[in-house]
Amino acid sequence: MTNYLVEPAPHIKSKITTQKIMLHVIIALMPSVIASTYIYGLRALLMIVICSASCVLAELLFEKITKRPRTINDLSAVVTGVLLAFNLPPTLPFYMAIIGSIVAIVVVKQFFGGIGQNSANPAITARIVLMLSFSSYMTTWVQPFYYKMTADAVSAATPLASEEATELFDLFFAKSGCIGECCNAALLLGGLYLILTRIITPVVPIAYIGTVALLTWLTGGDTVSQILSGGLILGSFFMATDYATTPIRSSGKLIFAVGCGLLTFVIRNFGTMPEGVSYSILIMNILVPYIDKLTASHPFGAKKEAKKS
Amino acid sequence: MSLHSIRLPHIKNSAETQTTKPLLPPKVVISMSQHGGVPCTPLVKVGDEVKTGQLIGSSDAVISAPVHASISGKVTEITDIINIAGKRNTALVIETSNKQELHESVVPPEVNDRASFIAAVKNSGCVGLGGAGFPTYVKLNFDPKSSSVDTLLVNAAECEPYITSDYRAIMESADKLIGGIKLIMKYLDVPKACIGVEADKSKAISKLTELCEKEKGITVKRLPSSYPQGAEKVLIYNATGRTLMEGELPLSVHCIVMNCSSVIFIYDYIKTGVPLINRRLTLDGNIVNKPRNVIVPIGTQLSELLKYANLRKQPDRVIFGGPMMGSSVYDPDMPIMKTNNAVLFFEGTAAGQEPTPCIRCGRCVRACSMNLMPTELESAYDNRDAERLKKLRVNLCMNCGACSFVCPAKRNLSEKNQLAKIFLRNS
Repeated sequence: MTNYLVEPAPHIKSKITTQKIMLHVIIALMPSVIASTYIYGLRALLMIVICSASCVLAELLFEKITKRPRTINDLSAVVTGVLLAFNLPPTLPFYMAIIGSIVAIVVVKQFFGGIGQNSANPAITARIVLMLSFSSYMTTWVQPFYYKMTADAVSAATPLASEEATELFDLFFAKSGCIGECCNAALLLGGLYLILTRIITPVVPIAYIGTVALLTWLTGGDTVSQILSGGLILGSFFMATDYATTPIRSSGKLIFAVGCGLLTFVIRNFGTMPEGVSYSILIMNILVPYIDKLTASHPFGAKKEAKKS
Repeated sequence: MSLHSIRLPHIKNSAETQTTKPLLPPKVVISMSQHGGVPCTPLVKVGDEVKTGQLIGSSDAVISAPVHASISGKVTEITDIINIAGKRNTALVIETSNKQELHESVVPPEVNDRASFIAAVKNSGCVGLGGAGFPTYVKLNFDPKSSSVDTLLVNAAECEPYITSDYRAIMESADKLIGGIKLIMKYLDVPKACIGVEADKSKAISKLTELCEKEKGITVKRLPSSYPQGAEKVLIYNATGRTLMEGELPLSVHCIVMNCSSVIFIYDYIKTGVPLINRRLTLDGNIVNKPRNVIVPIGTQLSELLKYANLRKQPDRVIFGGPMMGSSVYDPDMPIMKTNNAVLFFEGTAAGQEPTPCIRCGRCVRACSMNLMPTELESAYDNRDAERLKKLRVNLCMNCGACSFVCPAKRNLSEKNQLAKIFLRNS
């Protein structure tokens, strides 16, 4: 007698998998990888490769030692690696980047239970650990195209006429900063890809950037440069949209993003640090369980619970 | 506010193919428990000759519907089977005889008022043909003094992929559907009727709209083409804007909800007196050469359907019902019941991969039309946390399967909800 396979319903499944989601994120990061390599040279590309490889290796080894199921196939470690590299200055010694990768994967992600279980963003936390450990290296910035500059070239005049326009052009296409921050145009291209493929909702970046812009405008600051400088674009599209470390419902995501914007504005304007995106996202990460609780849904047709006497 | 829903591939391969009626099977296995209610007691013995339409099982219980012989033949066995719901129950085996004739009792019932109409529906053996299988007469037998019903909602959403049995029923007998609606409206004194059809079935919508123009009080509601439109609560909300509260029946929002095939059957029964003995089934799946609908006697076995189905190869999986809410069948002897609307044949497994950890992407939360939190329900069940399961309202889950469908980690979320409900009942 032939017997057939028995499986729980539903008997059809969507084609989306965790691995495909991560692959979409990697694709979305590619324009920035190319732009960074162009702007900061092959060392930037090498940094990205080293971070990704060490993240994957750290995850593989940790899971081997702790005898957990192997999860490197989901590609999430690659995403963490690329994002970590994006948050580092191009001249950082490689061994420091490797330490950052180990912190991100082992301490922040695996110690808390692996993919989906961590409450803090691994790349951001690793960046902050490196910032506190190697402050001077982490705050040494170079000019775009520094690798092909001579003393003459540095002082050479830019092709654009007015100084203001030059600044804006640089902010958009090639600014000084971390590896991933340098080209906002490439980041926006990747962000658009994530929105179009429905990997992220536009709510988070719009609310995050919108809050910073609104507060800057209200206080009479330079709105455009506030949006385009620092890691705001990178953070709002790629870090504040991380599934595991942000609220699960859209209403919660909105609160999260506005909170990030508020904190970024406060840190940038009143703090001692010049940049606040990483700290803002990390602080809001900690508040996620409370935001989720606050925005808990009311099931359709559910009767109000009887009050306990 | 609109309820969450998901986009599914329609895969309605058999939509434009005329329903066929294959040769009678050599035998039928008729379960005495065709639905969730009280099982019937057999009224015939081994060796008895039965005729088509003869009453062969009944029960005095309220939540029950009588069972009739679906073919003429000889009762060769009264046996125990395990039905599609996994429960053991009595079944009659009837071997088909050469001479097929209707039983003497099959005459159009005399219907002239509410009581005789409901009695007729009870005697017809009608249960909800959409899949839930609740005895129809119980639904219609509301007390007009204590409940007021203003709308008869006819469920023709057919939101599951592959299935077209309701659609074919409408395309082939739309006039009977309208006739059945008018009968119910007349005898139960219901002023309005609304037929809910998903937007992708434009031919059915235009056909019904045309027929309804002449009728007073009957309207066609174009429902969004997303899943699960056919779920009772979703249908009521989208068609009338009313919210059916937890644990309440549609009567509390002044509605009766009936599947369109049930309404067509009631019309046929009142006109001919032939009880519920046949079933229109969609035969489809990824290894079916000619997807189509067939009308077969209730009790036809899966092994027999395999012959009609024209398969490219032996199936790995067979599903009774739709791909979202249907059940896997392991036994080729499994008989068709009143509630079956499709038999699907598949190659390979559905899952494709083992479940991986939840990444908190929130797709399940955005998929749930009941606004539940499938991922949190799963962890509450894994921790056997009865309090939390109650607080998260696991009992509102209607097992539509949308959460499992969208999950990128391929977690069996809706299965966990069913287990959680059983756990709550037993704890």
